[in-house]
This record gives sequence, C-alpha cells and structure tokens, in this order.
Amino acid sequence: MTIKLTIMDQMAQVAREHGRTLAPLRDDLVLLDSGLDSLGFAVLVARLEDRLGIDPFTASEDAAFPQTLGDLVKVYENGAR
Amino acid sequence: MARAEARALRHRIANASSFFFDRSAEVAIGHLAGGTSLDGKLAQLAGRSVLLAASGQLGAAPALVELDGVARRVVILPPDVDPAHLAELAATAETDAVVVDVATPPHAAFDLPLRVEVTPVITAMPETPAAVCRTEWVLLTSGTTGVPKMVAHDLSTLTAPIGAGRRLDGPVVWGTFYDIRRYGGLQIFLRAVVGGASLVLSHSGEPVAEHLQRLGRHQVTHLSGTPSHWRRALMSPAIKQISPRYVRLSGEIADQAILDNLKAAFPEAAVGHAYASTEAGVAFEVNDGLAGFPAEFVEHERDGVEMKVVDGALRIRSPRIASGYVGAGQPALTDRDGFVDTGDMLERDGERYLFAGRRGGIINIGGLKVHPEEVEAVINRHPQVRMSLVRPKKNPVTGSIVIADVVLRSDIPGADELSRVKTDILKLCHGALPRHKVPAAISIVPALDVAATGKLSRRHG
Repeated sequence: MTIKLTIMDQMAQVAREHGRTLAPLRDDLVLLDSGLDSLGFAVLVARLEDRLGIDPFTASEDAAFPQTLGDLVKVYENGAR
Repeated sequence: MARAEARALRHRIANASSFFFDRSAEVAIGHLAGGTSLDGKLAQLAGRSVLLAASGQLGAAPALVELDGVARRVVILPPDVDPAHLAELAATAETDAVVVDVATPPHAAFDLPLRVEVTPVITAMPETPAAVCRTEWVLLTSGTTGVPKMVAHDLSTLTAPIGAGRRLDGPVVWGTFYDIRRYGGLQIFLRAVVGGASLVLSHSGEPVAEHLQRLGRHQVTHLSGTPSHWRRALMSPAIKQISPRYVRLSGEIADQAILDNLKAAFPEAAVGHAYASTEAGVAFEVNDGLAGFPAEFVEHERDGVEMKVVDGALRIRSPRIASGYVGAGQPALTDRDGFVDTGDMLERDGERYLFAGRRGGIINIGGLKVHPEEVEAVINRHPQVRMSLVRPKKNPVTGSIVIADVVLRSDIPGADELSRVKTDILKLCHGALPRHKVPAAISIVPALDVAATGKLSRRHG
C-alpha cells in the first residue's frame, strides 16, 4: 500500500473508532475540516508510526504543521526518504 | 502590601475605550467603572458568596469586574463543570447567591436566596455598593475524576504576575484560546482590564478558522493558548489572518518544535512560554525561544518567586500562589515552608531545566489528565491479558498520547490472531473509557519490568 493510501485508510479507521464522519478525502481537503479533531489526529500520527515505522514530526523538529491532506502526505513521503 | 493593590478591580480599569468582544456582541470595559451589567442588583450581592454560573464568557467577564470588592467570595464555574458536582460545590463554598445569564441551564444548585441575571448591556448604577471587602476568587481545578477542588485566590495574588513580564509598545488587543474561567484565561482577562487592552473572547465549539478570522478582524496583538491550542491553530489555513506581536504559551510543556514552528509562522513576533498552575499561579516566563528554563531561575529568587527542586519535582513559593483550598478537610495547599508542590518533574540538562512529565505517571493529553492505572484496569479485564502498562508517548498534536504495552496469558500468537486481540482490547477500552483515555496504539510484549517494590516500573523517557 502506498503512503497516501495507508494514511487515508488509517484516517477512515480512526474516524470509525471515534464515531466521526469523514469528509471526502481529496488533496486540498483542509485537515481541520476532515471530521477528525485534535485527538483524532494525535491517534492518527501514532497509528501511522505503527504502520509506516516513522513519525516525521518527532524525527525532525522543522516539520511544519500540515494544513491539507496533500501537505500531510508530503510530510510522510519526505520523512520516508 | 501597597495601597493600590487593595483597590477593587472596577477602580483599576486602565482604558475607558477598551472592549470585551464576543462573536456577536461586545461590552465596553470602561462603562463598568460607573455602570453595571447586573440588573441593578450589585448592592444586594455585597458580602455574599456568589456562584458565577453565566453560560458565556461575555456574561462572566463584566460580572467578575463588578463583583470584586463587593462579594465576599466568587466561585467561578468553568463551562465544562459536571452538573452532578454543582450541589456539593455550592454547599462547600456556602454560596447564597447566583449570577446567571439568559442561557444558563436550570439546576437545583442555582436555587439560592438571590438570583441575578447578567446582561451585556451596561446601565447606570442605581446605588453604590457598600464598603469594599477583599473578595475571594475561587477557581476550580481541572482534575481527573471526582469533585474538582476549589482554589482560593484574591485580586492581589492573581494580578501579582502582571507587569513582571515583557512589555511591548503600542496599543494592545489581547486574545486567548482559553476560557477566562480557567486560570490561564483569567490571567489574560486581568491583563486586558488592568493593562488597558481590549480582549477577544473565545467561544466554545467555534471552528478554529472562524475564531482566527475574528482575532484577525480585531487585529489582535497579543495571543495566548496552550501548545495544543497553538498546534491546532497552525493546522488551519486561517492562521494567515493574524499577525500577533506577542505569542504566549502556557498550561502544558512547550517543546522546541512548537516554539520553532510559531517563530517560523510569526517571524516578527516575540514568542514566550509561561509556567503556571491554578494553585501556584504564574511562576515564570521564558522569552529566549528555547524549551525548558534557565537553571538560574531555581538558584535565585526572581520577582518574588522562589523555586526549588525536591525529589525531581518543582516546588514554588511566591506572592502569586493561592491562599488555600475552600472547604473543611481539604489537604494543605503548601508544604510547611509555604511551597506548592507542583508534581511536575524536572530534568537538568547543563544550564537548563527541562520538564519531564508528571509525578506518578499522570499523562496530559492536550490538557486532559489520564491516570495510567485506570486504563490498565480496563485492559486487564480482557480474558487473554495477563498484565499491561499504560504510558505516555510524545505526540506532535496533543503533546502526549496514551499507549499500552500488553502481556498476554499465552504465547504471542500469529499475525491474524494478534490483530484480532488488539482490536478486541481497543473495543473494550472504547466501551469503558472516554476517547482521550483509549490507547492510540497497543503493543503486545513478552514481559514488563517489575521494580524491586513489586510494582510495575514506570520510568520512561
């Protein structure tokens, strides 16, 4: 599974567990409008570390906060290099 | 104590043309010097113990300005107080009056001898309240479970930190992501009133983007929140709507990443983090852009604040600490020497102290506290679980997150069975715990460290 698909899969998983409805996932979707709240994103980062073996935010203190889904995917793709 | 300190808050309003701004309305702070928002009943509240139960901050703000120096005690109810605790809180604080607003939901605990409705409309004061008294300001702790503790301050302990911090030139408009009915937000409320600034109030449930747009519209210059508030704001494209000159963090550990991210987002701004707790008040502000604080803060008294490290935890003595807890049978707020034990653990790194979490392993998830034992008890109910250890893991969104290491009764099974057990445990947790206490990840491990005391070893980096 690509990094992008893994992220989308895990977003759906976390939304299900937290009883949230996920907005249609597109690159320009603003993350704060996706249906996940802060806690949802916190869990997502932990799950992605489990699946992808990286936490790009903690690995690099320069990682900027992503605002869109496209930004988020890029942070993980750059972190995986 | 200086004479000026004894003046009531309404006499310390520094700017006649400043405002409290809400989403849809505003209150002119200057009008409160000679006017009232309390339906002409302020004089009747003299000497009473008042439950401040306004549902909104635009009601709470003018009421606080007016009640200081008039009421004997003001119990400031935060918006998220559990209604099941109201009766006990009201009884312990011996309240005999309640201040509500139009949207305060009815509750038996509000059936008190005097009920006053606060409105954002300021009218002329019909009669000046009687002799000024020293009003006790009572804040609730944001505890874990059970009835919150009531922490007593007064205007002098609450305003003692103001002025010691950084001063910037020019007109000031404060904003805060906090609610002003919590210590962190109350500090900003007081800074606005006695510092002559307007204050843009937050609004519970308001989307981040709308709040940022509102802050931008009022041209906010000074903005305060927890690291979690700021991380959420940085995730919004609307962050571009604001350009504060002073960015302040408090309430949680500010790590280097959030400080650097804020400096990058607002290159012109001063970025500072403050250490404060409801009991100990503001202890210090750090303005050098680095996480932690200089070790010399502990070695030398600064602005009347003394700090020491005892068994790895920070203790604070200063004119800013609360006078005590309200009610009989409460523990002492300070040790024998007058120091508050904060329970915040420190680690020394050269000339710097860094925060290393809470004593007893209490985990802070974006401001919500979690006792690991409570989560372990739920996980341990699963028939296949022998034991578990719940611990914090650093997280870029909420500061920390809960994770669990679990030892099974049988050998570690194959991948499919492993995934099924993990899902099963998560389901159990979701059924028994609020969301923030449910582990974000579960690791099945062969064994856990048990210390010489026979207890689980809870030391983690």
